Amino acid sequence: MAAEAPPAVARPHREGLGTWGRLRRATPWWAQPLTVVAALAAFTGYSIWTSFFGPGPNHVAEAGPYLSPFFSPLWWKTGPVTPALWVLWSPLGFRATCYYYRKAYYRSFFWDPPACAVGEIRRRYRGETRLPLVLNNLHRFFWYPAVIVVVFLWIEAFETFDDRGHLYLGLGTLFLLLNAVLLSAYTFGCHAFRHLAGGGLDCYSCVRGGKSRFRLWRGVSVLNANHPMWAWVSMFSVVWAEVYVRLVQAGMPDPHLRF
Amino acid sequence: MTDGQLTGRTLTLRIFRGLPEGEQSYATYAVPEVVGMVVLDAVHFVQRNLDTDLACRWNCKAAKCGSCGAEVNGRPALMCKTRVDTLSDGPITVQPMRSFPLIKDLVTDVSRNYEINRQIPQFTAAPDDGSPWRIDQMDIDRLYEFRRCIECFLCQDVCHVNRSHALAPQFFGPRFFVRVAGLEMHPKDILDRRELVREEGGLGLCNITKCCTEVCPEHIHITDNAIIPLKERVADEHWDPLRRLARRLRGGPGTRGGEAAPAGALGGPGDGGEGGGGAGAA
Ligand code: SF4
Ligand code: SF4
Ligand code: FES
Ligand code: FES
Repeated sequence: MAAEAPPAVARPHREGLGTWGRLRRATPWWAQPLTVVAALAAFTGYSIWTSFFGPGPNHVAEAGPYLSPFFSPLWWKTGPVTPALWVLWSPLGFRATCYYYRKAYYRSFFWDPPACAVGEIRRRYRGETRLPLVLNNLHRFFWYPAVIVVVFLWIEAFETFDDRGHLYLGLGTLFLLLNAVLLSAYTFGCHAFRHLAGGGLDCYSCVRGGKSRFRLWRGVSVLNANHPMWAWVSMFSVVWAEVYVRLVQAGMPDPHLRF
Repeated sequence: MTDGQLTGRTLTLRIFRGLPEGEQSYATYAVPEVVGMVVLDAVHFVQRNLDTDLACRWNCKAAKCGSCGAEVNGRPALMCKTRVDTLSDGPITVQPMRSFPLIKDLVTDVSRNYEINRQIPQFTAAPDDGSPWRIDQMDIDRLYEFRRCIECFLCQDVCHVNRSHALAPQFFGPRFFVRVAGLEMHPKDILDRRELVREEGGLGLCNITKCCTEVCPEHIHITDNAIIPLKERVADEHWDPLRRLARRLRGGPGTRGGEAAPAGALGGPGDGGEGGGGAGAA
């Protein structure tokens, strides 16, 4: 069946595929799920450690003007359990029901599917139609408290500027501000908010304030287009801000300017 | 070097051959590569020169008719849009779409999709009240993306709900979620298809893992712009206890923002989503 080979002409370079594309193609399909499992497991492990076993009064990570985002807002420090418990359920629930993280863990932990057009091990599959996964449909109810947490993170980041009447510019302030920015981009690019902002409307020109909602929806859509990226960078920034506060708490000097 | 010139490389094509009931195997062919060659060119070379009874379906060779869907190296793709120089070295394997019943070689029976399509009530406008038919640009912008669908059904093929779990009878699938989303977001449509898409359409079976988006040759953001917004709309109607309470307090089923209350089918201009006949098989 072999056709006769034609006379040789210089072979073209592989035009259609860039370096990134070639790299992706060269990566085995299981590499991505494995990375996600490792990152999420590390995040969960660290959260548990810092909340229940971290040093400090009742495990709270705070140093000088800084409070770790894991404990913010901190309304009371004493009590039988770590104050992280009053806060943590909200960002954890928010992330656990986030449409992007759902995709990530369905693929990586449940292997439903581990990658596209790859076979699956599990036979029984009900998607998000049965308990507990059906509860993911209530993602919006985690968005509401998540917004409150973000507001507190902004307030606390700004409060670090004030050192008993003096202007304090510390490296930690920068990390806390960056964290507030990245978490805002993640929270306000949420699909549930995109729907709430205006995605749920069919006719913007037919309702009062429709034009503003259209603009808001368009703005949220810009953030939403990179939602996975915001999800990861904000997760890393939370952990980094927390680690930094822990380091300062342990005695590491915080480079700063004071006016 | 211009398109059509030989590159000097010889490709090895492994093509699935067989009938549903008969023997099934892969045949290997050597095909001279030309510059800019796509998989469909290579398959046509085989058909013309090496194996004239090889069956494949195609029509436009321009990624517009949606008929040449197949699986190239295990990945659902349009044969006419897949350049061979983007594939990794080694044999190129071409198979029919796995989620549909086989007819012969690379041709599958995709008629199930047309049956699903018929279950979706078509575009329905309010009765004509004589006022001019005007649609504001901002109300229609997001619908253009959905209208790009060429009904290649690659998304239906790759979706694991069909492919690995064979739940097709309870599941409309991504192509039809796109269609329902386009109708639901239409500013002039007055029907409410949320219960339909949840119950009969099996929207909850989709776990938003985005394989459909990854293979769509029209780059429609199926998951982000059609399926997730539909899930949110279904949540408004079915899952959200606060909305339910608000509806109860207002009395009656209530209306969606900016949209008229559900009504029976009243007829109206077609939404162009009725599905068409397949393209010719060569
Ligand atoms: S996102 Fe949903 S519809 Fe698309 S392939 Fe995945 S399960 Fe199927
Ligand atoms: S949505 Fe995309 S992949 Fe699915 S049928 Fe339409 S064009 Fe093809
Ligand atoms: S979808 Fe990711 S936070 Fe809501
Ligand atoms: S022949 Fe490939 S889409 Fe028409």
